[in-house]
Amino acid sequence: MTRLLNRAAPYLLALPAWIWLGLFFVVPIVGLLWMSLMTGNIIVGFQQTFNVGIYPEVITTYWEHILRSLGYGLAATLLCIAIGYPVAYWIAFHGGAHKSTYLLLLLLPFFVTQVLRTISWKFLLADDGLILGTLKAIHLLPQDARVLSTSIAVIFGLAYTFLPFMVLPIYAVLEQVDHRVVEAAYDLYASRFHAFVHVILPMSLPGVFAGVLLVFVPSSADYVTAWVLGGTHNTMIGNVIQSQYLVNNAYPTAAAITFVLMSVLLIGIFSYAKALGTERVMEVQAG
Amino acid sequence: MATTTEKTPAAPGVVATESNQAVPAISLEKVSKTYRSGQVTTTAVESIDLEIRQGEFFSLLGPSGCGKTTTMRMIAGFEEPTSGVVRLSGKDVTGVPPNRRDVNMVFQSYALFPHMTVAENVAFGLKRKKVPAAEIRTRVAEMLELVELGDRAKYKPRQLSGGQQQRVALARALVNRPSALLLDEPLGALDLKLRQAMQLELKRIQREVGITFVYVTHDQSEALTMSDRIAVMNKGRIEQLGTPAQIYETPATRFVAGFIGTSNILTGTAQRVSDTLVRIDYGGDQHVLANTPQQMSDSGLVITVRPEKIRLGKDVPDANVSRIRGTVREVVYLGATTHYTVRTVDDTDIVVFQQNSSDASNLADHGDTVWLSWRPEHSYVLPG
Repeated sequence: MTRLLNRAAPYLLALPAWIWLGLFFVVPIVGLLWMSLMTGNIIVGFQQTFNVGIYPEVITTYWEHILRSLGYGLAATLLCIAIGYPVAYWIAFHGGAHKSTYLLLLLLPFFVTQVLRTISWKFLLADDGLILGTLKAIHLLPQDARVLSTSIAVIFGLAYTFLPFMVLPIYAVLEQVDHRVVEAAYDLYASRFHAFVHVILPMSLPGVFAGVLLVFVPSSADYVTAWVLGGTHNTMIGNVIQSQYLVNNAYPTAAAITFVLMSVLLIGIFSYAKALGTERVMEVQAG
Repeated sequence: MATTTEKTPAAPGVVATESNQAVPAISLEKVSKTYRSGQVTTTAVESIDLEIRQGEFFSLLGPSGCGKTTTMRMIAGFEEPTSGVVRLSGKDVTGVPPNRRDVNMVFQSYALFPHMTVAENVAFGLKRKKVPAAEIRTRVAEMLELVELGDRAKYKPRQLSGGQQQRVALARALVNRPSALLLDEPLGALDLKLRQAMQLELKRIQREVGITFVYVTHDQSEALTMSDRIAVMNKGRIEQLGTPAQIYETPATRFVAGFIGTSNILTGTAQRVSDTLVRIDYGGDQHVLANTPQQMSDSGLVITVRPEKIRLGKDVPDANVSRIRGTVREVVYLGATTHYTVRTVDDTDIVVFQQNSSDASNLADHGDTVWLSWRPEHSYVLPG
């Protein structure tokens, strides 16, 4: 009896997680798929008609939004690496006794909801706001210069929102880098630059890999940033889903777009993992 | 007439004797290192003078915190001395960063690059020095052969055992043919048997490549086994510098006597017997004789004697040797030797090692009264 229990223990321990995933992931996904194949409207109600044609329809209508979302997501991810890597590096290697303080400072803005933070950016970046207004007043910028309602505003907004998701995994990996390994590189005639390129950077790639996933996926699917900072010409696919669902009450269309977006992201992630060689990256982490 | 004469292997130390007259491989002149944190200043190394000869196997031996690792790191360039000069082959390298010093280090934890194969690890230094690719390939292969890892070139470090990783670390440093190799407790993480095998292996490799080895360790038997010379360090200073035999046989300080091997310490007021001989009387025919070459204070004399120099017996020894009576408190049989602990009349415990040769086994049992004796030249008089 106890042997049986011992053997079953890992499964029993995993049971709550399975129930959780089943209830809150599998059931909604199946429901979403079911909904996407219905026809009808909010007034007469929706019937299941297995309308597969909705998929080519949403793809032809919204491919531009999907591409734009992926493009913004990618740009925001690259920006996050460019800004986040040095930050993570600095905290990990030069943070001294105050590492956790710096990490807390990094996370502090995120105690405020994303909508409010994004709106405050709108306030700062307004055409006659604090930043642009000042620059225009001293004639550093032409009078018609603007940032809001441009793709730049959306990309920077996304990068700002998801920056900690890049910094934290990179920091976690850099923190683990044995300083004696870096010393060994210096000892073997490497300059600071070479030690970084040949030792520190390759060893930190698993963190970058994780950071890219954590930033790219949610920023591609984000709708708050484009809604607040993007204006009408920079709508992302998330905005389309939101308006189809909440404004037009076109539930099947919203569900179908959601599925398309999910598939595109999954394909993207898997080809990324394959191209980078997940196993090789994970190997470093294990070693 | 000789057709094929067998090549006789070079005797150990040939390299060292040939270049003894040359410039020392490493020299430290009045080197000090102090750390300041807030108001507190700690002295890690205090005004050390040291010359390490070309091609010798030199050990820095001492307990943790004695400054041996700091000394090595100053030679490697990871730490800069607070004052003093570090020279490599006569050239002042104080202030030169580690990547521009012609010495390489084997780290305590090996510090191999986890994302590179064994061969890539070994090639790292040569690549940085821009050695041609073809030459790198042959030198890496040669070096892996030397450390007997030729078949592991494509493995990742974590796929190797501790002993193998150790040898990769050694190969990675040696392949650069540095003027000196610095080893920071490289065998610390290995188990006893492997450690002993690696000690001989290191010695063999050092003889083959003829490079100066500076070896940092807290393990006295390791230092005695491998070194040509040893510097015993304590509290940031060198207590004694000499060959293993000199350090073991004639410890210069009480610290060295206690740190290297087992020592019996005896104290007392001495009477001068002759110009070179003093005697401490313990009463009842018991006394300790010691040679004191220089005219020194005879009160509060500290004498040390090694356990294996003492004879243990039932009969009263001659008066011209040290002789002390005691009771056997402990007998530990260790196969080749037996260790006795004998308590003297003034409650000092003296440890005696006796060989279990055919005529000398089972000399005494627990509780027996025995005589201990040793010759005057085996009593070493320590300062203070």
